[in-house]
Amino acid sequence: MLYWHPFTAQAHGKLMQSLNTYRAGPDERGHFGIFGGRYVAETLMPLILDVERSYAAAKADPAFQAEFRQLLAQYVGRPNPLYHAKRLTEAFGGAKIFLKREDLNHTGAHKINNCIGQILLARRMGKKRIIAETGAGQHGVATATVCALFGMDCVIYMGATDIERQQPNVYRMKLLGAEVRPVQSGAATLKDAMNDALRDWVTNVHDTYYLIGTVAGPHPYPAMVRDFQAVIGEEVRNQILAQEGRLPDSLVACIGGGSNAMGLFHPFLDEPDLRIIGVEAAGHGLDKAHAASLSGGRPGVLHGNRTYLLQDGDGQIAEAHSISAGLDYPGIGPEHAWLHESGRVEYVSVTDTEAVEAFQRCTRLEGIIPALESSHAIAYAGKIAGSLPADHLMVISLSGRGDKDVATIARALGDIHLGGLV
Amino acid sequence: MSRIEKRFQTLKAEGRAALVTFITAGDPDIGTCQKILDRLPAAGVDLIELGMPFTDPMADGPSIQLAAQRALAAGATMTSTLDMVAAFRKTDTETPIVLMGYYNPIHTWGPERFAADAAQAGVDGLIIVDLPPEEANELVPHLRAVGLDFIVLTTPTTDDVRLPAVLANASGFVYYVSIAGVTGTASASESAIEDAVQRIRRHTNLPICVGFGIRTPAQAAGVARLAEGAVVGSAIVQTIADTIGTPATITAPLALVEELAAGVRAARR
Repeated sequence: MLYWHPFTAQAHGKLMQSLNTYRAGPDERGHFGIFGGRYVAETLMPLILDVERSYAAAKADPAFQAEFRQLLAQYVGRPNPLYHAKRLTEAFGGAKIFLKREDLNHTGAHKINNCIGQILLARRMGKKRIIAETGAGQHGVATATVCALFGMDCVIYMGATDIERQQPNVYRMKLLGAEVRPVQSGAATLKDAMNDALRDWVTNVHDTYYLIGTVAGPHPYPAMVRDFQAVIGEEVRNQILAQEGRLPDSLVACIGGGSNAMGLFHPFLDEPDLRIIGVEAAGHGLDKAHAASLSGGRPGVLHGNRTYLLQDGDGQIAEAHSISAGLDYPGIGPEHAWLHESGRVEYVSVTDTEAVEAFQRCTRLEGIIPALESSHAIAYAGKIAGSLPADHLMVISLSGRGDKDVATIARALGDIHLGGLV
Repeated sequence: MSRIEKRFQTLKAEGRAALVTFITAGDPDIGTCQKILDRLPAAGVDLIELGMPFTDPMADGPSIQLAAQRALAAGATMTSTLDMVAAFRKTDTETPIVLMGYYNPIHTWGPERFAADAAQAGVDGLIIVDLPPEEANELVPHLRAVGLDFIVLTTPTTDDVRLPAVLANASGFVYYVSIAGVTGTASASESAIEDAVQRIRRHTNLPICVGFGIRTPAQAAGVARLAEGAVVGSAIVQTIADTIGTPATITAPLALVEELAAGVRAARR
């Protein structure tokens, strides 16, 4: 008798009881339907199980939750506004547009929410050394920030390509006391940074905590990161009820790994009449180089979980491409893969060019410079808002600010001088 | 009786441990790799681990990462890896071959079909680095059905509470990863290996092979006194990297294998 059979039976029982909800996952083994799980080297398994136990205890501990909430309020600056973007609304010519201002958080993106939660967990587990991967550098900056706050050693793995295109964030991490280790393998982007972070973790398993930045990786990370990010959706619910007296009609968020999207979506998944849209990065186009795992990939196993992956016919992982470093990853969180297959969430994609246009539009019309990642959500909202009635309430996750992307935008627009200067 | 079981029985009768070696299938190219593979038994290898190249080898250090990159660049596929085994089997029906790698290429192939095709090619077992016992149920029954061994990895972090669950799936032999880390980096002390092997032995009667960080004939001999097998990978793979484009690409790894084999054979148990 193989020893996990009882868990499987329990999982089936739970699933049967909860078919009327999209919010009950994952099961005891970390599975969202067939997705998720714990596909890691044996060396890491005992630690992964320890993280799972420790997080379950922390989640149920009012003192842990209170400290998390207090730091979100006093350190991150939550709640951030749900802003009625009148000029974008006017320009799109239809739905009433709201921007959830994660860009106004300390460190400039939603990433800090999760980092606060996980650093409290790492401290609770007695860990002294933190490692993380980063693509755009926002998660790296947020991790370096909480490590400074809690006095922990911090090593950030970042692809050499990303280091090149996100220089300001690299320097911010160094100022915050983190060591940034360039990763040269593969395309030297987020996937490769995650490989090297896992290699570090397996080597330093006794004293190191891996602070994963998105709703991916082995269980319990996808569920844990989602729980920490769910504050986004919880605030939106309260704010839109206060401002409009009812729930929104649609939610739109960009997706790389998918943490800002999952944080916005999760509290609303069981609202029957709410349209939920995740926007992947179509890069140069879905028939060319892109990063849209759901639109252009198929299920596979990488980095600890089963999910949709960009891969060739032999199961080799393909290189993703997006102008936005934060979306430049060939996979997606397993809960998104499940929500895709269950049909609850619509997953669409937006090209580099469309994202750059939306970046400029938001900047000019609202005086808000959005991250290139968030610009994908704005771009898709712009495609559909015009065909929707004026009383349609649409919430877009403005997951981060775009200061870090100014040089990339300058290059994309052919402003060579500015591209060289910034 | 499986080739693996038979091989360890023979070695036990000879009173010595196995030399287990790793190379990546298709490194530096498929033709050269086939020549190395075919000559491993004559050089003294008792059991062959053949790496299935993967784009994202998270548990491997630089030597084996680069070997996988070379193999993929040279056009290696899962099909060419199985073809290499089938070609090897035309001249050698005794030496066990274990495929080692990551789960996604097998997931893509389909676990049931891959098990059948691997058995057909002459493979004897699989080591899948990122398939812990918690997830192994999707592959193991298919391996059992065609008589392939699922070789489990135990590590310094696999404690006595967890060991029985890990070993519940095991057959063929047990691979003890002697360090917490990636391939080809640090080495464990002999006393640490001895303690670990004794600990594992309390939970299983299967042969135990020890790998990670074993590079020299002396280290191989040391391990051969403690366990049923010593596994050497990165050191051999590195000799290929160091000699690419020269005739030594074939002779250099085989020369190292001969030294390692001499070390293992000198260390009678």
